[in-house]
Amino acid sequence: MAILDVNGLKVYFPIKGGVFNRTVGHIKAVDDVSFSIEQGKTYGLVGESGSGKSTTGRAIVGLENITAGKILFEGEDITSRKSKTKDMRKDIQMIFQDPYSSLNPRKRVLDIIAEPLQNYEKLTKSEEKQRVYELLELVGLNPESVWKFPHQFSGGQRQRIGVARAIALKPKLIIADEPVSALDVSVQAQVLNFMQDIQKELDLTYLFISHDLGVVEHMCDEIAIMYRGRYVEQGTRKDIFENPQHIYTKRLIAAIPDINPRNRDAQYAFRQEVKREYEDSFDDYFNAEGLAYKLQNISDTHRVALPERG
Amino acid sequence: MSRKLLEIENLTTSFKIGQAYYAAVDDVSLTVNRNEVLGIVGESGSGKSALAFSVMRLHNRAKIEGKIQLEDVDLVKATTSELNQFRGDKLSMIFQDPLTALNPLMEIGAQISETLILHRPKMSKQERYDRVIELLDLVGISRPEHVYQQYPHELSGGMRQRVIIAIAIANKPQLLIADEPTTALDVTIQAQILDLIRELRDEMDAGIILITHDLGVVAEMADRIAVMYAGQIVEIADVHTLFENPLHPYTKSLLNSVPTEGQDRLHVIQGIVPGLQHLPRTGCRFAARIPWIDESVHEENPVLHEVTPGHFVRCTCHSHFYFPEEGKEEITNGNT
Repeated sequence: MAILDVNGLKVYFPIKGGVFNRTVGHIKAVDDVSFSIEQGKTYGLVGESGSGKSTTGRAIVGLENITAGKILFEGEDITSRKSKTKDMRKDIQMIFQDPYSSLNPRKRVLDIIAEPLQNYEKLTKSEEKQRVYELLELVGLNPESVWKFPHQFSGGQRQRIGVARAIALKPKLIIADEPVSALDVSVQAQVLNFMQDIQKELDLTYLFISHDLGVVEHMCDEIAIMYRGRYVEQGTRKDIFENPQHIYTKRLIAAIPDINPRNRDAQYAFRQEVKREYEDSFDDYFNAEGLAYKLQNISDTHRVALPERG
Repeated sequence: MSRKLLEIENLTTSFKIGQAYYAAVDDVSLTVNRNEVLGIVGESGSGKSALAFSVMRLHNRAKIEGKIQLEDVDLVKATTSELNQFRGDKLSMIFQDPLTALNPLMEIGAQISETLILHRPKMSKQERYDRVIELLDLVGISRPEHVYQQYPHELSGGMRQRVIIAIAIANKPQLLIADEPTTALDVTIQAQILDLIRELRDEMDAGIILITHDLGVVAEMADRIAVMYAGQIVEIADVHTLFENPLHPYTKSLLNSVPTEGQDRLHVIQGIVPGLQHLPRTGCRFAARIPWIDESVHEENPVLHEVTPGHFVRCTCHSHFYFPEEGKEEITNGNT
């Protein structure tokens, strides 16, 4: 059974305007998105800025109000207001993008990591401290770190503190919103390796949100591409990288810089070709408003947004 | 080659922390030729941006020693008024963050005109307007007349970066420094901006210093690459040599930490880039991050060695380097 089921998720933001500040329209940040994630897998959500990928993640944790649609977590509806009970929320945690701004600069590491524990579990001071030490060990930080403040750590270390906080309550699902975008490659490698390790250790499920296709290819089992609030393509890693069907996906893949300088000219030519194809066939892949069509199944795992035939 | 444009010799840029000065750029020498892209890579804290800012002389209170020879002028010795003549004219810079580099209260057209007014005072208003439109067109902005009257907040990130580039190339600079020009942008926009920079290089016959931490970007753009670590250049070579036969342990480690196909575990460089005050000023600066390598293989005062023509590498430790997950024998065999 899927651990997370998202059905027809819509998140609209009102545009206020006019004399009485009435709602004059909506920004459809997430427009009818459905997917499900299996236990223990990593699901990648890719898109450019403004595609709605982060909003989708935030809606699942409960940081955004949902306009329509249903989110089922282990078969239970977590969308309705009533069910925003604490217990459910503890199983879904989030790792934020920027390790510099997502940790309170005036709190010590001990208090940062202990905060979720204080919210959900009744532990004595010494038990709490013990748990924090365990968590720090798990993320590979020194036990002395508990007395330090966030500014005393490097970017990678800070991101580990964020991870320690996220796994403090032994969650089942972690939403990682661009967890490595702010980091150098070497530190990025460290955090990615580490995320894979704790995934195995704790049997975690990840929703991995990123704009970096290279990282997504490395981490994810299934991948979805978003464009202006809608899915354009969804499939396994193999489907997306070896058999991309939608022109937008092709364009994204063509845009990844090639690490081999010998391919430079070929890559340049390929990119120009895809760009031409993108411009020529834009109307075939997007509707009159420039939005993606509904998804069509092209294989058991692979779905692409194409106009209905006929 | 007589196409040499910029020659940096023994450049040291130091910042004052407390009572003492600490070098962020430590004895760097390099050259940039015309119609060449020199890539500078390294982690944050390696001194690559400090180097760029030194060439532009944008540091406020830093101590700069050495020589930065741009054609017939030494920028280190130049006075502020001389510098103001060069900056934006012969020498210009593309900044990382397109949102903070533009004035939010000024129309796009006016911001581009500013540099023309300063360096081409004899231009008539009409000529200037035409040139701005031409520039906007050149950087691939459609409807330039419309964008001329817009404000930065009305443009997307990619468009803003194009405006920054338009400003930087307004006076056809001979040397263009691009400091992480695409880091803040989406991949498709990044690809467009990189293609644009490449076209400009050919068109203007300019030398470009491209600073980035993204190895994919330098692989696609650069002719030569300098790898910086802790303020020093640790390896410099043409792009093919550097990617096919990297020598310095730092270069190898960086290349191994990039996710590529069919790779299960990424390589992690142990430890962190030391802060300015804690930098070891003697011995191999990378030694602390490869502790499994025998200390005796490092030079006492590592210098750059020319291994093959044009390929320089610092310290002798590279010939004894192996990754901890590999056997020691394999590597020594591979290198002989």
